[in-house]
Amino acid sequence: MNPILFHLLTIVILLAALLTVASMLIWGERRLLALWQDRYGPNRVGPLGLGQVVADIVKILAKEDWIPPFADKAVFQIAPGVILVATMTAFAVVPFAPGLAVADVNVGLLFFLAMSSMSVYSVALAGWSSNDKYSLLGSMRAISQMVSYEVFMGLSLMGVVIQVGSFRLGDIVLAQQRLWFALPQFLGLVVFFIAGLAETRRIPYDLPEAENELVAGYHTEYSGMKFASFFLGEYVGVTLFSSLVTTLFLGGWLGPVLPPLVWFILKTVLLVCLFILVRGSLPRPRYDQLMAMGWKIMLPLSLANLLVTGAIVLAREGAR
Amino acid sequence: MFTAIRTLFQVFLHGFRRRYTVQYPEQRRYLPPRWRGRIILSRDKKGNERCVACYLCAAACPVGCIALGATQDEHGRRYPEFFRINFSRCIFCGYCEEACPTYAIQLTPDYEMSEYQRPGMVYEKEDLLIDGEGKYKDYDFYQVAAVSIKDKGKGQGLNERPPVDVRGLLP
Repeated sequence: MNPILFHLLTIVILLAALLTVASMLIWGERRLLALWQDRYGPNRVGPLGLGQVVADIVKILAKEDWIPPFADKAVFQIAPGVILVATMTAFAVVPFAPGLAVADVNVGLLFFLAMSSMSVYSVALAGWSSNDKYSLLGSMRAISQMVSYEVFMGLSLMGVVIQVGSFRLGDIVLAQQRLWFALPQFLGLVVFFIAGLAETRRIPYDLPEAENELVAGYHTEYSGMKFASFFLGEYVGVTLFSSLVTTLFLGGWLGPVLPPLVWFILKTVLLVCLFILVRGSLPRPRYDQLMAMGWKIMLPLSLANLLVTGAIVLAREGAR
Repeated sequence: MFTAIRTLFQVFLHGFRRRYTVQYPEQRRYLPPRWRGRIILSRDKKGNERCVACYLCAAACPVGCIALGATQDEHGRRYPEFFRINFSRCIFCGYCEEACPTYAIQLTPDYEMSEYQRPGMVYEKEDLLIDGEGKYKDYDFYQVAAVSIKDKGKGQGLNERPPVDVRGLLP
């Protein structure tokens, strides 16, 4: 097939699949949370309640798209788009199967880190342009959360990079043919997962939203499709981090018997379920506890991980 | 950290537990006979209205949702001319049932009384009146009360003796 056509097709299919997955996650999250809370969740609309997705989308499309008169209109309208664009662009570097990636660039990991940091701009801009104290508090928290969690999120991945010697995600997957990095880089996995929770603003680290303190945090003033795109962005972010953890630590598409793409999807779905399980079980820490955990535990841990990994890799090269 | 992992595991185990939700329209819970639901007006065994329009239920009602007007038939038997319960106000406390001296007003195990229009929540006497005796069988107020009505003079009720002529001198 024509390579350009193939790439375009990959992009279109990826975008369509992502949006579908993200909206299906609304249903999936509600059903799974209900399962773990001994309830049923939405099970009325269509088989297994799957029609709930359609119902939700129709509802939110029909809602009034209101911009408060006191808001900074231009920024207010851009903000929800930024999060969607940033998280979906980050998917470009994820290899789903051998040769199946939009762009398996040689700085893929750095590209991902840059794009996932962009999504914080969305939250910050949304809170600032809303001109509302709850939104402002929410985005203030988001920024400080980003400042403290972005640092060790990058550092936690450097162990993997040292072992592979490449930022290309395809190379990282191939380097795991003998052993998944989940074992040698277990510390990195845990730290990256926690940073992912903070980065996607999921429940233990949902301080920017914090329903019971800040109304709805940074998206208090949003309604209709703009509100929905924040949620879509969050769910795409969850999928992004799950697929990143799969790629970096769980061997990506590698696996016996089943085709590579199926293995990738399977691992990603399991991780998304883990994200939801964490949401269903852990309480939100206080603001200062979050900071203390970030700077006093996670950062030293990832630094130690980096040092030990580096030392072992150097010692091995010296022995050779 | 350990407690967090323990919590995660325990919440995960909840996935294998029984779900407590009752799938309402298909599954229904057992309602005990004394469940306080929709209010009805009952009749006695002979098919007469039990209500004597004494206004005790309306007086006992804490939200004032019962309205009625008393009237009498040609034999001097009291009955409500109209009896109206506004169920949008009713709190189903059951005080009316407790106050009723004739077991006429009763609460039943039925709660499915939603309406699309607010006026539909106002039940008139013909909506409230049922044909049977409801929860309390074999009770006929006029048979135990010393009131003379049609087919029953003074002293002809249950556990009643004929009236004594207090002015007479004979024992």
